Parts: sequence; C-alpha cells; structure tokens
Amino acid sequence: MAMIEVKDLRKRFGDHLAVDGLDFSVAAGEILGFLGPNGAGKTTTMRILTGYFPPSSGSATIAGHDVVDDPLAARRAVGYLPENVPLYVDMRVREYLDFVGGAKGLKGLEARRETKRVMEATGIADRAGQLIKQLSKGYRQRVGLAQALVADPPVLILDEPTIGLDPRQIVEIRSLIKEMAGSKTVILSSHILPEVAATCERVVIINQGRLVAQGPPSLLRPEQAGNSRLRLAALGDPARLLALLLDLPGVEGVHPEAAPADQPGVAVFSLTAAADPALRASLAKAVVESGAGLVELTPIAQSLEEVFVQLITSESAATAEAENSAGEDAA
Amino acid sequence: MSATAAIFRKEMRAYFCSPIAYVLWTCFVALTGYFFYSGLLYYSMASMQAMQQPWGVTLNLQEMLMAPLMSNWSVMLMLISPLLTMRLLSEEKRSGTIELLLSYPLSDASVVWGKFLAALTMFALILLPTLAQVAILFWLGQPHLPAILAGYLGLIFMGGAFIALGLLASALTENQIVSGVLSFVALLMLWVVGWSGNLVGGSLGEALKALALGPHFEGFPKGLIDTADVAYFILFIGFFLFVTIRTLEAKRWKA
Repeated sequence: MAMIEVKDLRKRFGDHLAVDGLDFSVAAGEILGFLGPNGAGKTTTMRILTGYFPPSSGSATIAGHDVVDDPLAARRAVGYLPENVPLYVDMRVREYLDFVGGAKGLKGLEARRETKRVMEATGIADRAGQLIKQLSKGYRQRVGLAQALVADPPVLILDEPTIGLDPRQIVEIRSLIKEMAGSKTVILSSHILPEVAATCERVVIINQGRLVAQGPPSLLRPEQAGNSRLRLAALGDPARLLALLLDLPGVEGVHPEAAPADQPGVAVFSLTAAADPALRASLAKAVVESGAGLVELTPIAQSLEEVFVQLITSESAATAEAENSAGEDAA
Repeated sequence: MSATAAIFRKEMRAYFCSPIAYVLWTCFVALTGYFFYSGLLYYSMASMQAMQQPWGVTLNLQEMLMAPLMSNWSVMLMLISPLLTMRLLSEEKRSGTIELLLSYPLSDASVVWGKFLAALTMFALILLPTLAQVAILFWLGQPHLPAILAGYLGLIFMGGAFIALGLLASALTENQIVSGVLSFVALLMLWVVGWSGNLVGGSLGEALKALALGPHFEGFPKGLIDTADVAYFILFIGFFLFVTIRTLEAKRWKA
C-alpha cells in the first residue's frame, strides 16, 4: 500500500513554478531519498506534504488522507523535521518535547511517556534538562528528530537531516534513520548523493520541480554509463606507448596526461574503453610485452556527483530539445 | 483542547523565562503605587475639608478615588499590552518555528486561543499587585466591594480587547518592533477616536463615539455593568481573534 501518494503536484509562487507536475508514491516502510540540486523544489514538496501550504493544483495524500481535504488526519500521520531545525531554543529539551506531545494532542502523562521514549530512541536522554540553545548542532538535530517521532507517526519527512553535521554525527543520524526502515515510511531529502545511496531503498530525483528519474539507488551507480575510464601509468617512451594504446581493440580514446612531478620518466594516460575486465587484462599484457614497465592501471570510478549532473543535464537538454521541436512544429 | 493548553503553558513559561514579565510588573507596581499614594492623599485632604463644612457632605470613595485610579490603570495597561503581545506570533514567524508548529495536528484556532489566553493571564497577573491597594482601602475605610469587582471585570474585558488586537498585529509581521508599534498606534487611535465624535456630530459622530474603547470602560469602575459595554468588548475580542485566525490561514495559502 502506498503510504504517500503524490499526483500531478504543482506549486506556483507568483510567476515561478516551484513544483511542476510531480508524481511519485512511497510504499509503507520504505525509505525514499528525495534528491535534487538546491532550488529543485524539494522543500516546497515537503512543505505541501506537511500541510504548511496547499498545492496550487494536483493532490497529495498521506496514509490515505488528502493534505488539503483532511489536513488534521494527514498531519497526525506525519513527523516533520524542517531543514534549519527551528526549535524553541529557550526551552529545555524535556519541556520542549512535552510541549510537542501536547501540541500533537497527547494528554499530560502520555506526553511525558512519549518524551521519555523519543529521548531514548534518539540518544538525548542525558541532555533532558539542558536548554536547547546550549546544545551542539548534532544534538539539536537529534532533538529535531525526536520531536518528529513524538506520538509515533507512521510517516517521517526529513528535510536535509544531516546538513551541517560533522562526519561522526552524520553517521549517527544516518544509522538512526536506517533503524526505522520497515517500521516507518521515510522521505529524506538531500543533495549529498553518497548519503542517499547509503541510506535509501529508492530514490526520486527532481530538477526544476520536475521528476527526472526514480528507481533504486543503483540508478546513481557509475556502472550505468556504458564505457569505463581507466588511468594507466607506465615507464617508457610516451609517444610509443600512445601509439600502442591507440592500436588496441576496445580502446576508444587515449589522452596523455601530465606526469607526476615526483615520478620522473612515468608516462600517464587516461583511457576511455569498454567496461570489460578482459580488456583491462589484455591492456596490461600489451604494455608489459612492449617492454615498458607497467606502474599503474586503475579504473576511474565516475563519482556520484558526475552521474547526477549527467542525469539532470541530459534531462534538461532533452526537454529543451522537445520544446524547440515543438516550437518548430508550431511554426 | 490539549493543544491549546500546551501552547498556553509554553507561552506562560516564555513570559516568566524572559525579563519582560518582571520589568512590566515592577514598572506597573511603581506607577500605580505612586498614583494611589497621591490620590489617597488628595482624597483625605478633600474629605477633611468636607468634614469642616457646616452642612454634612459625604464623599464617595469609589467615585472619587477608585474610579479615577482604575481609569489611570487602563491607560497604563494600554501602553503595556503591546509589549505582551508583540512577540507572540512574530517571533514564531521570524525563527521559522511556525513551520513546525503548523505541521502538528492542531487547528490554527487552537494556536491563537492558546496565545490569547496566555497573554490575558499575564495581563491579569500584572494587575494582581493592585489588590494590595484595595486591601489598604478596606483597612482605612469602607469601599464598595461590588463596584471594585465590577471595575476589575472591566479591566479584564479591556485587556482582552488590547490583546486580541495586539495578536492580530503580531500575525501580520515577523518583526516584533513593527508588531508592537502597530498595535500601540491602533489602540491609541481607538482610544481617542471618540473625542472627535462631538465635533463631527450627526450619526457619524455617534458611530465614532460608540467605536471608541475608552468610554465603554468608564461605567465598570463606577459599578455599572452595562450589557452594551460587555457586548462591545466580547464582539471586539471575537472579531480580532477571528481575523487573526484568518490571517494565519491566509499565510498558509499565500506562503
């Protein structure tokens, strides 16, 4: 069953279309990564889902409740962590969470029980009596996560939950989120790709308010790109090596690169070649048989960021093309 | 219900965790103390003179001392109220906490009511020390208790009006100072708008006089609870709270 259902969602701010016909759904218990560059419409979509403002058109339902027609029921099903974690900094952690419990409709005793539970779940029980403004960024983030968990909503919407944290804190928050897999439906927005690849079961990529791609995180893995890139370094005459490499079947492009300053006599090339292990073996064999000393042969992994940029730019190029041809047809 | 209570508690806590409550309290006690002292002195002089008159004049403690004092308080409270309300919604908007608050399953009305009741309670607490002055009067003379109670009732009604208007000002801007100035100027306008009533004349003049805040309060400290005045305050409070709730809703739609 789809816990979150977004259909043809649009949000207009004046002339600017922040979200432009977004469609996706999230199954119960799934952790969805919501990816996109800054200004892609991630926060806008999340704000619509949490009832901060309604969509201009289209619909969004949470646990079967429409966010516009049945806002209280929809909001009862959601725990939200906004990007900049706006907390009442003059309150103490325990007081704040008690307040959140009350605001979410829990009675006094229930609220205090929830406070205890979420403080333990997020590891902030030892800071219960501290003022929020005295907490470190990492602890504030945990308090933010704790308030989202109060009243045990089935859906969590987390906007950039690890932004501004140090690496150790990032790992902690991530593992907290991963622990919820199966029991909670989570939407997690981020522009840090490895994070999404590490935490999420499925990703939705948006750009300029539109869906670019969705699928498993492997969508972002470089294997998708047909050719692989290799880096080859060898001791020998650069010109002869270049000719040799160009002659090899399966090699599609060779670019000589500057030799590292601390290794004189080493010629370095970057190659574009078919992603085939046999090719790499024959490459190494050819270099060694030519009498040159093979120093290094490394596949260059295409970074997630590169894949991401490719996905986004190819999409916008495709749309630009489509628009052009549409314009020509009209003319 | 529990959401309104939670917001009420949070706002009460905020008043007492900031210096605002204590500063306002001290200032109000000092000022009303001074007015009480000078008023009492003047009254005792006047009553001394009255006693020396061959024809026996009895002065009315309520009319000559309590009513003018409460009238003074009402003006002071008008100056103080914007300071109680300017933070309420502006601060939530400026710090972004409103985004989280509105993501909870509570109605906009329960947010507004929680904040209104907290500010009104604070208003009543600021008024509390004046009971000491009433106690002194009971020790020295025989003031008319029902009239004094009516006066306090009037003050609470008026405080509700000040706060409802201030809350709307606070919903309109994310700047506390702007919110405070806005509600102060609006209250002052509503206070003095009746003065021009006689000059304007006609039905417009009557309407202006009926609109003004001050005249609707004047009956209470004299022990006069007029249903017209009570209705005025209840409508005033209801109207401004309603518009505040609508403003909050409109913010959701425009955002």
